[in-house]
Amino acid sequence: MPTLKELQNRARSFANKSAADAELDAELATHLEFAVKENLQRGMTEEEARRQALIRFGGVVQAKEQQRAARGLPWLDVLLQDLRFTLRTLRRDRAFTLVAVLILGLGIGANIAVFSVVNTILLRPLPFPQPQQLVRIPGMGEGGESGNTFTTNATQQFREENHSFARVSGYFAFTGPENAKLTGHGIPLPVTSILVADNFFETLGVAPMLGRLFTPDEYIQHGRPAVLLSNAFWERQFGGNQKIIGQSIDLDGKPVTVIGVLPATFDFGAVFSPGAKVDMFTPFVMADFAEDGNVLALVARLKPGVSVAQAQSEVNRVFPTLQASLKHPEWHAEYHARVIGLKDYVSGKLRRSLIVLWCAVGMILLIVCVNLSNLLLARAAARGKEFAMRSALGAGRGRLLRQLLTESLVLSTAGALLGLAIAFAIVEYLAHQGSIALPLLSSIRIDAAALGWTLLIAIIAAVIFGVAPGLRMSDGNLQNALKDTGSGMSAGRQHNRLRSTLVVGEIALACVLLVGAGLLLWSFARVMDVDLGFEPSHAASISMDYDYGGKAAKRSAIWQEALRRVKAIPGVETAGITDNLPLSRNRGWGIEAKGEGNQSGRASGAFVYVISPGYLQSIGMRLVEGGDIAWDDNSKTQAVVIINQAVARALWPGKDALGRNALVGGNEARVIGIVADVRESSVETAGSTQMYVSGVAPQFDAEGAQLVVRTKLPTKVLAPTVLQTLIQMNPAQPMTEFKPLQLLVDHAVSPRRFFVLMVITFAAFGVILAALGIYGVISYAVTQRTKEIGIRMALGATVGRVQADVLLKTLWMTIGGIAIGTAAALIAAKGIEALLYGTSTTDPETFGGVILLLALVALIAGYLPARRASRIDPMVALRNA
Amino acid sequence: MDSKLDLLQGTLDLMVLQTLAAMDSLRGYGIARRIEQVSGDAILLNQGTIYASLVRLQQREWISAEWGTSDNNRKAKYYALTRAGRRQLVKEEAYWHRLAGVMEKMLAMSPDRSTTVSPEGEA
Repeated sequence: MPTLKELQNRARSFANKSAADAELDAELATHLEFAVKENLQRGMTEEEARRQALIRFGGVVQAKEQQRAARGLPWLDVLLQDLRFTLRTLRRDRAFTLVAVLILGLGIGANIAVFSVVNTILLRPLPFPQPQQLVRIPGMGEGGESGNTFTTNATQQFREENHSFARVSGYFAFTGPENAKLTGHGIPLPVTSILVADNFFETLGVAPMLGRLFTPDEYIQHGRPAVLLSNAFWERQFGGNQKIIGQSIDLDGKPVTVIGVLPATFDFGAVFSPGAKVDMFTPFVMADFAEDGNVLALVARLKPGVSVAQAQSEVNRVFPTLQASLKHPEWHAEYHARVIGLKDYVSGKLRRSLIVLWCAVGMILLIVCVNLSNLLLARAAARGKEFAMRSALGAGRGRLLRQLLTESLVLSTAGALLGLAIAFAIVEYLAHQGSIALPLLSSIRIDAAALGWTLLIAIIAAVIFGVAPGLRMSDGNLQNALKDTGSGMSAGRQHNRLRSTLVVGEIALACVLLVGAGLLLWSFARVMDVDLGFEPSHAASISMDYDYGGKAAKRSAIWQEALRRVKAIPGVETAGITDNLPLSRNRGWGIEAKGEGNQSGRASGAFVYVISPGYLQSIGMRLVEGGDIAWDDNSKTQAVVIINQAVARALWPGKDALGRNALVGGNEARVIGIVADVRESSVETAGSTQMYVSGVAPQFDAEGAQLVVRTKLPTKVLAPTVLQTLIQMNPAQPMTEFKPLQLLVDHAVSPRRFFVLMVITFAAFGVILAALGIYGVISYAVTQRTKEIGIRMALGATVGRVQADVLLKTLWMTIGGIAIGTAAALIAAKGIEALLYGTSTTDPETFGGVILLLALVALIAGYLPARRASRIDPMVALRNA
Repeated sequence: MDSKLDLLQGTLDLMVLQTLAAMDSLRGYGIARRIEQVSGDAILLNQGTIYASLVRLQQREWISAEWGTSDNNRKAKYYALTRAGRRQLVKEEAYWHRLAGVMEKMLAMSPDRSTTVSPEGEA
């Protein structure tokens, strides 16, 4: 238990070695001189005096060593010595070092990157104060987003009646991207603006970076117009100018005061709508939406000490009593809702995928370690003599083991540094990937936790791959070591057995990874093959601005004119307008069969699309029965509706729905067509109820307009002409982007694509490492048995025979690895069952393909050394051995 | 000559401290000689080992060292006890006496006496 002072003194003399040594030398010289002098005085001869003095002193070298050990930091001395020696040996073995560091770097890099993703999405708390108190209160999840939102009246009533929540707020859930335009500076700029209910930011605990939040007088009808800017938009559009606060900007042609800028740490899209960029926030005035049905997505903060379960039981009690509308008592909402921690709501669905990813990348690290262990064993065999020599010179087993572990640690540290660089590049790339719809991904970074993780896995890796070769090398059997590196025929049998076992393990791990990757890849292929119900290829859409002054007739005229002009553009096959594209926003209205009483079915939250004639054709939907909407379907009393098969089944089970009357959001509408089901909110869930109503009719109000163009021309080529056409018609048309519809599909499948890509990369890496392992072991075995093979060939063994022998060894290892791997993969596949789509966990094609692929790779890896073996010249082999 | 005594772990440090306490200021050689003389040459001491002990005590700041000139104009390092060293010496002395006392009692315990101890204890 040295004191701090002593440690300081020790460190000081450690740092000033040469000075301390010189002092000691001088002191010892004086000592001996005194001793000689005293002996001379006793009457000894000069020579005897000196001899006696030295005898009494003991060993001078030992005394110095003892003194050095007592004054400095001996363990650090040993470490430095080991390090110097390690660096020297590694420099000598440049090829080995390079391969080892590269493999380790890739393995560790992948691990850090995946850890960062997992940490960002799963582990790190949300970037709000007391995030564990934050909850989402969605409905029971039926009917898309409409089933997860509530009316303003219900929200207000719940606010007053609950006792569990400190604050209840929410946001308008049906905002499409680029729903507003910033005007007043030349060409209007499309922006995305979210309506947030009062206390939204207060609930989350977000304070403005500049200015202030909304005040109550901005939440009343016809109140003071105000807007809060997101940090990114403020930087991008206003160059981070602080003077913007209090100034007025033009939104959709109306002046609005900028009252504040939100901090960079608050990213609405990252938490509530992955992949979305939100530019600004405006007040959601409850009274404006009183007639609009379910519009608010609820976010709330629990009172301190109230658990989610307690809140849930209150919600269970209160929600069924909530009234959807005070003005429309006939709206029977029958609300039920769930209370879900915000963190769970954001990342709960991804937990399984991420854990699988984490496991996969952990397996990669294991394969890397096994591979390195193998490389080190090969080196150990070559260095056997060196270690025997050091052992003979008096190095203890612990000392040798420490030297070897130092080597492992140096390698893994170098690997970790390379890995950090790789991970840094990956993380940087991911942070700027807006196209991957994973929550919170924009905030990914290599933080302290990731660095800690790096340190941990670097040490664990070093111990895993360093211990087996270390123990083997330092097992102190000098005789064996010296014999082994001699020219014995059975050279290094033991080494080979251990290495073969390691390779079998490697193949098994690679097999598990490959099967997992194969199953996920199949699932992805099935997802991509899904019949979406529409044709995303060769179609593109653009958000269209128009001012119809609230008159349906004028809207009809504008739409007709726009379509006429766009269709006239060369290369455009057909065009149509909808206010809502599939796989984007989801909004639902109720639809019920008219006049069939209560016994008939109703669909409460059918997805509703307000469309123009020709839209169905432009997006490539198939009408199963009936016909399209016409421009003159604009009767005030009798609207028309096109429903999908799911609605037909729900409302008129077993009957022909065509021509029947339905009530759509309270309006009477005749069913004039039936379309095939469309995947409306996710590629992977089968379509639910959907309906299409005429945007020409006065009963239905379109929220904006998406112009869909079907064309064989590339989107980029057509974009300027389409935008020009729209601007000619309407100078207020903002510079919206003309986007291929495929983007919607890509965005929807991007998380799955991301995971599949990652797992496949890992699997490929694993297979390459396994191949490297096989090659290494077989190649080494051939080198070692050169003499034996030479003798056999001299005795008449054919080239084929020698090759077959070597390949057979490869085959045995491969069969062993595949057998173990397949068994393990069967278990692992059960673990990822929930992530699969249309693919069984025992998919024979996947398993067969993986086994075939692995066998092929293994045989190639084994064939190269086998060929070398068969080319051994018996004369040369016998002479050199 | 009887075989010499092996030094117990840590005893050399105590001897050095005690020597310096008695002699004020000494060179390494002087300390070694002094210990040999006092012990009547009964302990096995390689004089060289004294230097590990000296540097250890120095780093614990129980002794101080200073370069000086000896009687015959030789440069030599002189060691002296510090205040902390004096305190430490008192502590170690007490500890050593206690340990020695216990050892003495343990060794004084004879086999036949040990059997008579227990009835006495009961009485």
